Amino acid sequence: MADTALPTHGPRGPKPKRALSRTNIIVYGTLIVVSLYYLLPLWVMVMTSLKGMPEIRLGNIFAPPVEITFEPWARAWSGACTGINCDGLSRGFGNSVQILLPSLALSVAIASVNGYALANWKFKGSEVFFTILILGAFIPYQVMLYPMVIILRELGLYGNLWGLVLVHTVFGMPILTLLFRNYFAGMPEELFKAARVDGAGFWGIYFRIMLPMSLPIFVVAMILQVTGIWNDFLFGVIFTKPEIYPMTVQLNNIVNSVQGVKEYNVNMAATLLTGLVPLVIYFVSGKLFVRGIAAGAVKG
Amino acid sequence: MTIVESDGIDLARAERKPRRPFRNISAKIASLPMVLTALVVFVGCTVWTVIYSFTDSKLLPRLSWEGLGQYERLWGTRRWLVSLENLAIYGICSMVLILLIGFTLAALLDRKIRFEGAFRTVFLYPFALSFIVTGLAWQWILNPDFGIQASIRAMGWESFVFDPLNSPDLVIFGILIAGIWQGSGLIMVIMLAGLRGIDEDIWKAARVDGIGTVKTYVKVIIPMMRPVFVTALVLIAAGIIKVYDLVVAQTAGGPGISSQMPALYVMDAMFKNQNLAQGFAASTMMLVSVLIVLIPWAYLEFAGKKRG
Repeated sequence: MADTALPTHGPRGPKPKRALSRTNIIVYGTLIVVSLYYLLPLWVMVMTSLKGMPEIRLGNIFAPPVEITFEPWARAWSGACTGINCDGLSRGFGNSVQILLPSLALSVAIASVNGYALANWKFKGSEVFFTILILGAFIPYQVMLYPMVIILRELGLYGNLWGLVLVHTVFGMPILTLLFRNYFAGMPEELFKAARVDGAGFWGIYFRIMLPMSLPIFVVAMILQVTGIWNDFLFGVIFTKPEIYPMTVQLNNIVNSVQGVKEYNVNMAATLLTGLVPLVIYFVSGKLFVRGIAAGAVKG
Repeated sequence: MTIVESDGIDLARAERKPRRPFRNISAKIASLPMVLTALVVFVGCTVWTVIYSFTDSKLLPRLSWEGLGQYERLWGTRRWLVSLENLAIYGICSMVLILLIGFTLAALLDRKIRFEGAFRTVFLYPFALSFIVTGLAWQWILNPDFGIQASIRAMGWESFVFDPLNSPDLVIFGILIAGIWQGSGLIMVIMLAGLRGIDEDIWKAARVDGIGTVKTYVKVIIPMMRPVFVTALVLIAAGIIKVYDLVVAQTAGGPGISSQMPALYVMDAMFKNQNLAQGFAASTMMLVSVLIVLIPWAYLEFAGKKRG
């Protein structure tokens, strides 16, 4: 019986996959090789930053350090020179934090209210302005830089921290407004109508209904802004003075300064330090980060 | 509530739409930052720059007309032509390669593999880093005395040469390696989202018809993902024209002028060489090139929506 039953019943379900099929080898092989390309710079930076200069001169750039030293990190943080002063990246870090926090708060607050107005309180012309705003995101910054300098000078903000905060708020607005508008527009309309019937106004609905329900999109927007503002170089160079240069500008000045002997280990430690904030945010936030850039990117 | 509202509408109709600027006033106040940004910065500043590109402003902007003089000078400058050539090479190569790499990686990740999350994390992390960090990291790896070239020579191949950053002909490809490293993860994510949006039944139908995996991708899936590809292309294109920090960090435009880019040209003219109008003219040309990319896309998108 058992013999005859076999062919008729046959194996059920999909064919079990062999672990080492040719397709699998190609798929995983490609992925692993490509991963090496992506991981290589991080590996090299970390390894270089942990070596002493003699070892770098003699050894292989890819090899792990024979003798681990954290001195380059200490020097990068508090002793590296930019040509003018030698107090390391700590100054740039402080400046970047001081630029980041107000820019973040201001841009997210303004864009969320703005997106909410666009989604639920359309007025005549609101869509026109919104279209201009979105198209504006494609204008190369270089076109608007000089007039922006004039505007900031007229406002008395050129060369100081608040000027840069304003610039970040302005240029972050298209993508953030789009993000919030789409999110609020996706909320059930009944909710909004019910609140209207109950007599809630513009701000009442925003603070009591929309805000508590939109925590995820706030997190996404903040991740987007933190990485964007932290990584900015162009605005930092144009709209600030050397004393308040953000970290990226200072890093570039340290590494590409032509004076003195090049200390590659200190340079790499400095580079890693600058990349650390967005990297930590990326690894901690994971899916939300992906969602943020995907939402921002696909719709922008 | 409803009665009042319909009354209002009837009244409005009867009076042929009276202007009521104070209706919805909170929303208008809340939208003020957006209106100001759109009108003052995006429209105002752009128009200002275009207008002043027809003047002979040097150190300070002055309204002394020079017609197309700045543009004639711009197109007669070798550095500008080199910048454009670099932008074209960098642009075309990175578009093709990033699309190719992004799609291939997304397709591989979509094969229901293990450790998908880990691979995705690895491919995307460079996107979190700034162009400055990217440029400096690759400057170090491509350093001829310590980086890849030195390592391979140390392994015994004494005559091995790989020094793109110091070779005028290859420097743009050195920048390209770094640019692709930083940007391809984003396109991978977008492509993956596009692939995940495709109906499983398509795959079943393809299997029933006996069409191979690769052929299914090329003949069925990719045509279906056209909008995703268009979005990816626009994104890459918008990024390419803005390329600035990466070059500043990696080569500062050198050796000589061989890795110059339009953005560097603009910045130097405006903020270093005190040749404002020349910078305005060059940035206006950048704007024109964006429009050349943007208008066909907006047209396609708009026309598509109307038909669909």
